[in-house]
Amino acid sequence: MTAATLETRKNRTALLAFGGALAMLGLGYAAVPLYELFCQVTGFGGTTQRASESDAAVAERLGASAGGRTISIRFDGTTAGDVPWSFRPEQVTDTVTIGQRDMAIYLAKNNSDETITGTATFNVEPEQAGAYFNKIQCFCFTEQVLEPGQEVRMPVLYFVDPKALDDPNMEGVEQITLSYTFHRALDSAE
Amino acid sequence: MATTADSFQAHTDDHAHDADHKPGFFARWFMSTNHKDIGTLYLIFAIMAGIVGGAISGIMRMELAEPGIQYLQWWAEFMGGTPDFDTSLHMWNVFITAHGLIMVFFMVMPAMIGGFGNWFVPLMIGAPDMAFPRMNNISFWLTVAGFVSLLFSLFVPGGTGPGAGVGWTVYAPLSTTGSTGPAVDFAIFSLHLAGAGSILGATNFITTIFNMRAPGMTLHKMPLFVWSVLVTAFLLLLALPVLAAAITMLITDRNFGTTFFDPAGGGDPVLYQHLFWFFGHPEVYIMILPGFGMISQIVSTFSRKPVFGYLGMAYAMVAIGVVGFVVWAHHMYTVGLDVNTKMYFTAATMVIAVPTGVKIFSWIATMWGGSIEFKSPMVWAIGMIFLFTVGGVTGVYLANGGVDDVVHDTYFVVAHFHYVLSMGAVFSMFAGFYYWFPKMSGRMHSELLSHLHFWGFFIGVNVLFFPQHFLGLQGMPRRYPDYADAYAYWNEISSFGYTIMALSMIFFFVNIVYAFVAGKKAADNPWGEGATTLEWTLSSPPPFHQFETLPVIEDHHTAHDHMSKPATA
Repeated sequence: MTAATLETRKNRTALLAFGGALAMLGLGYAAVPLYELFCQVTGFGGTTQRASESDAAVAERLGASAGGRTISIRFDGTTAGDVPWSFRPEQVTDTVTIGQRDMAIYLAKNNSDETITGTATFNVEPEQAGAYFNKIQCFCFTEQVLEPGQEVRMPVLYFVDPKALDDPNMEGVEQITLSYTFHRALDSAE
Repeated sequence: MATTADSFQAHTDDHAHDADHKPGFFARWFMSTNHKDIGTLYLIFAIMAGIVGGAISGIMRMELAEPGIQYLQWWAEFMGGTPDFDTSLHMWNVFITAHGLIMVFFMVMPAMIGGFGNWFVPLMIGAPDMAFPRMNNISFWLTVAGFVSLLFSLFVPGGTGPGAGVGWTVYAPLSTTGSTGPAVDFAIFSLHLAGAGSILGATNFITTIFNMRAPGMTLHKMPLFVWSVLVTAFLLLLALPVLAAAITMLITDRNFGTTFFDPAGGGDPVLYQHLFWFFGHPEVYIMILPGFGMISQIVSTFSRKPVFGYLGMAYAMVAIGVVGFVVWAHHMYTVGLDVNTKMYFTAATMVIAVPTGVKIFSWIATMWGGSIEFKSPMVWAIGMIFLFTVGGVTGVYLANGGVDDVVHDTYFVVAHFHYVLSMGAVFSMFAGFYYWFPKMSGRMHSELLSHLHFWGFFIGVNVLFFPQHFLGLQGMPRRYPDYADAYAYWNEISSFGYTIMALSMIFFFVNIVYAFVAGKKAADNPWGEGATTLEWTLSSPPPFHQFETLPVIEDHHTAHDHMSKPATA
């Protein structure tokens, strides 16, 4: 083989290799949205689901036909260290019929003398319940602005999907804990 | 893989010959484009980094020799911090970080891939040099720059005190909001530089191996060391960019207000762990696969037999490389994975024991019925096979998601990965060093000193690390400078083992000095008829430029008849 073709072949191999490395770099970054998507779709790590009113209506009928079993829900609320709010559920536990929609109220009060915008992260325990925990409305869908000293009641409208009754991993789950943590929304951080 | 003709043998004593024209000192060592010189630079660099990393582990074993905090205050003050309690504990984090990063990125990787890979891949495939000699030079100096950046990080503020105290894993949020000051930025930058150097090096190896093999050397006739470097290069090429992405996200989270790993902005710290270990698990195979390759060459040489199951050995490494990419979450069993995910990662991890078992089996089968000579490389190789297997067994144990919940982040894990790295990887490097030292230097080392080094090191590391299994099972956590009195007994013994190991290193350094001062001149092939690969057909040391006439590997010569008398062309 001549020297020129060896040069060409070497350059081609090297370009392919660099291309592979660049693709992996891109994939590393693509992992960020993909991971989020994966958690949303599968309920991985206790990521809760969003549902519409019509989903809720279907779930209610299914739940009723499944015999109206109940499950206990525990509510938990915390704040990040730099959010001077008191934040707690009005009622710590509630028993709901599976499939039935229910409303829970969280109480939040801004104890500081500045306006603070907060955004809540959330998940449920046990983690396999994430795929079946549906929220129709939630204060966590948007940012919450609290004036100094302001106190608000924040609702969550949710239901537990009756499909949970068919999942062997959900056997023995008698209580689901829904947890929220308020962080400072980034644009309001100092 | 034996050569078939003597006609291309060149000799160093032939100064008039073009092949041996060397540039001046500065141009030769600082602007080097010669694969053997760059390999030598990598080996010297790795030995120096190993001394630093090893000294740091000495500081740690000294502190751990008895309960309580004895020396950390002094170190905090020495490094320019205040000698208070928090800074002292921070110094501990700095030491474990520096030890881990130095040993992984600046000792094992440069020695195995940069050092032995650069030296012997072109020689073993019958190529005149690497495909891109200048890029080879850039790879080396990027690695050096990375090391300088890491050392520099020790002397700038890292939050609680000087230095980056984040562990070699650099987990968020400790590495983002938990460590103010520039130290962590410098440590991350050091990984960027070393990573870039390794990616360039990997490209170079892949290009060299695919395009520059001597006529007749098909992929299935390549020596196993070349196979191991090829697989390693692919792992580097596919894993390191993911690390680069993850640590770049750390940099922007730290300095530019992004929230990849910050829940306040919708990020997730566990995502960092996924990205890190997607790189981190292939990385542990990057550190051991070239060692596997060396062990195969050495066991075959000193058993005077071709490697048992050559193709199985080659494809076992490919299999380890491929499966290594889909087992990363076994490092994260306690982050809250659900049962099914744990089940998958447990099963996938255990699958790796199969190709690894193929390798161990084939090494033993190579020795079986062979005419074994216990020369210095062989004792290190046998030591490696034994100790790596011990680490492999605890690896299978740790692969179980349920068991890991109990021993996660305990000294059991520390014992496990030091058995596979500090014994698996390091023993194979010493085996490779004693195997190829006569070829590289042209001088014979002392067999007596090599054996003393082996026995001291073997006893030392076992006394050092075996008791850590007990400590781990008793619940002693990793990454702490202090412990309950109940753990004092085995910790003292462990520190004693460190001393034995450190003393044995004297034999290593004395041996190198001895070889250069009084060592016998090495023959072209000092190891006899078992050494069949192409590097042994050249002089010791090989000429500055080799294989200007390419060696020809005859068609009828297959991987299965190394012992056959080569046909004369």
